[in-house]
Amino acid sequence: MIKIEAVVRPERINLVVEALIEAGVGGYHVLNVSGKGAQQGVEVFTGRGATTTVRAALPKSIITTVVKADMKDAVIEAILIAARTGEEGQIGDGKIFVSQVAEVIRVRTGEKDESAL
Amino acid sequence: MLMASALVLFMTPGLAFFYGGLVRGKNVVSTVMYSFVSMGVVSVVWVLWGYSLAFGEGGSFIGNFDYLGFKGVSSTGTDIHGAGTPDMAVAIFQMMFAIITPALITGAIAERFKFTTYLVFLVAWVTFVYVPIAHWVWAGDGWLFELGALDFAGGTVVHINAGIAAVVAAWLVGKRRGVDRGVEPHNVPFVILGAGILWFGWFGFNAGSGLASDGLAISAFLVTNTAAAMALVVWIVLGHIHTGKMSGVGAATGAVAGLVAITPASGFVGPMGAIAIGFGAGVLTFYAVRIRHKIGFDDALEVMAVHGIGGIWGAIATGIFAVGGIGLVNGDAKVLGYNVVAVLATITYSFIVTFVILKILDVIPGLGLRATREAEDAGLDVSLHGERAYVGDGAD
Repeated sequence: MIKIEAVVRPERINLVVEALIEAGVGGYHVLNVSGKGAQQGVEVFTGRGATTTVRAALPKSIITTVVKADMKDAVIEAILIAARTGEEGQIGDGKIFVSQVAEVIRVRTGEKDESAL
Repeated sequence: MLMASALVLFMTPGLAFFYGGLVRGKNVVSTVMYSFVSMGVVSVVWVLWGYSLAFGEGGSFIGNFDYLGFKGVSSTGTDIHGAGTPDMAVAIFQMMFAIITPALITGAIAERFKFTTYLVFLVAWVTFVYVPIAHWVWAGDGWLFELGALDFAGGTVVHINAGIAAVVAAWLVGKRRGVDRGVEPHNVPFVILGAGILWFGWFGFNAGSGLASDGLAISAFLVTNTAAAMALVVWIVLGHIHTGKMSGVGAATGAVAGLVAITPASGFVGPMGAIAIGFGAGVLTFYAVRIRHKIGFDDALEVMAVHGIGGIWGAIATGIFAVGGIGLVNGDAKVLGYNVVAVLATITYSFIVTFVILKILDVIPGLGLRATREAEDAGLDVSLHGERAYVGDGAD
């Protein structure tokens, strides 16, 4: 079982969710977060719009899903297509983190691993 | 008159939102309460002794105790003020000015001043600073009134006075912790809503200050709106020149600066004078804010830059642009001179007496000016009020 966490632009999160459902994931969750990567945040005023600015972290969304190992490539491909902006993609489009999951347990029934996904 | 009084009262919650939006989310209740509690404390002070000391016939410096508890202040007669409206209506109207003036100061001390001490400060400051200056300028036997200084709706009494007291208070309470990176206003719509409510209430402040519903009130209404509008435009244009963007907080600040500056002039200038006053107010307060940020003095919400500088400009501009042959534009410098005297007297008195009051409060056991370090870090809302402005439904 593979956990896929994708940091994406918030304005793209609905497209990514649709793509994941299309790819057949059993479920997902979304966190709205703020952070800085290569895009380096955004300038906001701390001086009444007359002076001083600071760089604030940018809003991002993280979507997390856990899938069977054989679905990994299809899910990643779906996220790439849905989250990439423009022809070539742009800085700030996001990043995908992939990791192994040791166990999954469904709370309602106690079912384990792939049957719990 | 009652309508105008209600409008002026509504400025105080407007100010609460204006200031509340500018601070961090952990200090919103505290910042709003600094203003709102003034409606409680100062109303009581005004009825018990404030009005009497401000408008009793005690001499050129301060009133007397004739009208303690509003004794002898008639809701039908006009013996005290000789206005076209009953004395009690004038006293109510004046009460609303006394409420908002100390609330203005709190912009300088937001996010760190101890709330219990603030209540004592309210009583002392209204009694020993606001009341005497109101007497000088507006009472029939006040020395600035007799001199001939013109302050239609409170440029000196309210705005310069609050601005100077703000400088002293910010200086004595010290800089906030953890703001070196700057503070991003936590709720810009609050700031703009607050500025809008202030603008709305200011029609009562200025148009009501003629104490009658007449042509003077109509003219004051127009020049009030015009100056606010002009200063708003100046602020966003200057902001765009310097930063490349047009800030909502900047627009709100500009509008308030224009309102401040037109206050003393609103009964004496025409619409073109209002344009000039609004333009000057926009430019002066904009650069005052920039300078304040450069020197790093923690007048947190720009009380001196907006109310102090805006008020001083307004008082001087009244002497320049007053119509009817009394302004510098008509070659008469007398009012200008009288108003400079009024400005200097207000600055000096407000600075010294505010300083003394705060120094005394600082050393009284159990008081002290500043909230504890822990309270400040956690936010004054939970620490001093036991409340949070924003409570989520989820994890807690």
